[in-house]
Amino acid sequence: MTTHLDVRGLTLTTQGRTLVSNLSFAIAPGERVGLIGESGSGKSLTAMAVSGLLPAAIRAQGSITLAGQEVIGAPGRVLDRLRGTEIAIVFQEPLTALDPLMRIGRQIGIPLSRRHRRDGRDLSGRALESEILGLLEKVRLPDPSRILRAHPWEISGGQRQRVAIAMALACRPKLLIADEPTTALDVTTQAEVLKLLDALVKELGMALLFISHDLPVVASIAERVIVLRSGEAVEAGPAGEVLVQPRHPYTQTLVEAARAFDDALSGGR
Amino acid sequence: MLEIANLRFGYGREKTVLEDVSFSVRAGANLGIVGESGSGKTTLLRLLLGLSRPQGGTISFDGETVDAADRGFMRRYRRKVQAVFQDPYSSLDPRQKVRDIIGEPLASLSIPGDHRQMVAAALDEVGLDESAMERLPHQFSGGQRQRIAIARAIVARPKMVLADEAVSALDLSTRIRIVELFKALSESLTLVFVSHDLGVVAALCEEIVILEAGRIVEQGRTSEILRAPAHPYTQRLLASVPRMPA
Amino acid sequence: MTTIADIPQAKPSRRGSLTLRVGLALLGIHLVLGLLTVFWTPYDPAAMAGGRLSPPSLAHWAGTDRLGRDLMTQIMIGSRIALMVGAGAVVIGALIGVTLGLLAAFATRFLDDVLAAALDILIAFPTLLLAMLVVAASESASLGTAIVALGIALSAIVARLTRILAKRVLAQDYITAARTSGTSWPMVVFKHILPNIWPTLSVNFALQFGLAVIAEASLSYLGLGAPPPNASWGRLLQEAQGTVYTAPLGAILPGIALVILVIGMNFLADGLRDRADPMRGAAR
Repeated sequence: MTTHLDVRGLTLTTQGRTLVSNLSFAIAPGERVGLIGESGSGKSLTAMAVSGLLPAAIRAQGSITLAGQEVIGAPGRVLDRLRGTEIAIVFQEPLTALDPLMRIGRQIGIPLSRRHRRDGRDLSGRALESEILGLLEKVRLPDPSRILRAHPWEISGGQRQRVAIAMALACRPKLLIADEPTTALDVTTQAEVLKLLDALVKELGMALLFISHDLPVVASIAERVIVLRSGEAVEAGPAGEVLVQPRHPYTQTLVEAARAFDDALSGGR
Repeated sequence: MLEIANLRFGYGREKTVLEDVSFSVRAGANLGIVGESGSGKTTLLRLLLGLSRPQGGTISFDGETVDAADRGFMRRYRRKVQAVFQDPYSSLDPRQKVRDIIGEPLASLSIPGDHRQMVAAALDEVGLDESAMERLPHQFSGGQRQRIAIARAIVARPKMVLADEAVSALDLSTRIRIVELFKALSESLTLVFVSHDLGVVAALCEEIVILEAGRIVEQGRTSEILRAPAHPYTQRLLASVPRMPA
Repeated sequence: MTTIADIPQAKPSRRGSLTLRVGLALLGIHLVLGLLTVFWTPYDPAAMAGGRLSPPSLAHWAGTDRLGRDLMTQIMIGSRIALMVGAGAVVIGALIGVTLGLLAAFATRFLDDVLAAALDILIAFPTLLLAMLVVAASESASLGTAIVALGIALSAIVARLTRILAKRVLAQDYITAARTSGTSWPMVVFKHILPNIWPTLSVNFALQFGLAVIAEASLSYLGLGAPPPNASWGRLLQEAQGTVYTAPLGAILPGIALVILVIGMNFLADGLRDRADPMRGAAR
């Protein structure tokens, strides 16, 4: 199988309004795709549709196949299995994505032991803890044994996002969806998290669907980009082409704006 | 115009937010204050706006000390210094009409004149139609809302505008237009622009102050600091900004 | 940019305006009946108008009670009393509660903690029990005492709600923007805080109106409410208790009147809530 995720003619509607229309794209195993869009573009809804997390009020048409399994209309049981093995998501705001009352170790431990149970192994106690520590080290968190016992509010925003990534990795997904994962972070932290994501994706051979409004951020991590505007893909292609020589007027305004700030930084005011 | 000397602020004994912060803003200048979370930039802005009092040091405006407890001075100060905030969703009262939102400084500071006309002029300056007046904030997009917030800041004809991450919550294509609006407005006023976004500050301000953990690590002309950042933190900050592919 | 901003908000539902209208209609029945009694009643409420416990007839639509008084007249007067109690208790509860709540919202950390704890303790008492304590503490049972007692009992809930809502509004940037625009704190309260907490408060007031009416009926049933000749529904129920097998209407009708009013207020509250929401919806 050459494609891991195949989205064909995806249309999302609610109460007569079309939110995403006729969107098609595919992601091959290990491929890194950037979904660029501003607010109202439908980029987050697309991510939710792919992971089977659409709100009930939104109707989906078309087809989304994930590892050969149709997602649209699939029963919850199937989706649960898909989300546990094929796909994992990292959200924008790590503070709300983590349970504030649960220690970090336990939050990572739950998906981890679930995966092991599915593989027919029962993991607990020491063995589980050392696996959790391994994951925390994998996302380059300092002092993992302290963080293991910390609550989400006791660590910094960047560290929380690393924990969220560790949680996503716990189920060894073949596709990682990252929805604006660095937007809530500081610039220096963003650079570190991007570097981490880049390294992990290569190391683990995961495919990545990176969703963001921030062109330079997408450019730094994706090989191929899709530009969404009001639910429609206006342009798609290799990042090096679309972001350097955009063809669609909308992409051109975005690239121009991004370049203006870039130029200002280079001193060319 | 604004002189900040040895400013200190903290919570309790151990938590220091600002320490020995000194800089000045010339009349007509655009000054950027750059810092990440925990740098103390928001606290600094609250002190400059007279919303909190510093524990040490002074802020003086046109030779007078900014003292939040001095009601007479604060009234004059508010006429001359206005603010724009980060989140255009939270900074406009959802139940007030745009006319009342923009007119608030005029009403609160009892500024003489035809308020309706002044509001219309401010709307025009930020590129919105006069018909916006009778509408509610939720009928506008994020960028339009920020224009309304800017109109409120300039309607009383202040000498200085303080902006707190005023474009950070906006989409890229909107952000560039609001930055351009700030640039145009700053021709006739002094602008202090607080942001974590070096690119935005570089596009807008000729001078910058870089804050890290409550201290100024570097300040000076933007072009010089960008060309040759002296402090390791500034260097790291500059290197962290993602760039477009060449 | 946020995930939520991408999700369209549900349009204000038709159901919302329907519940509001049904609520208003049910309340309207009582408003008409109650207001009418100010000028006119079918019979003198205190006089023997016919035979004792007579069944419904053309002359007496709802029959008569054990003293021969016209039951329809009594129930109509009951409407007026219930409306007075509901409105009075809610107004008193609102005045005390909103003031206390705002005070707590603006107070220093310590005072806020003290007020919050005091309110939590007050709320732990059932409204009826609290009202009974206030009535017991006063010299005599009267309609006024009952209204004040219920108002005080309700005020704790209003205060706690106001405190939470006001704190939420205070954290918004438009409050800071108002301050930097030169708006004084009292004006901030009237121009920004009250208008923004009002929609939620009003839902609560409608629910409390119903609560107060039930509580007053209970007080009157226990003989702690409005004394005769005030024909509170609670007292009508109590009086009809002895003859409930021979003349069930005497107990059923006041009960129905009470249920209609309370359901009406609950519908009204629901409708108000649906109305308050779409506005917030657009503000993400």
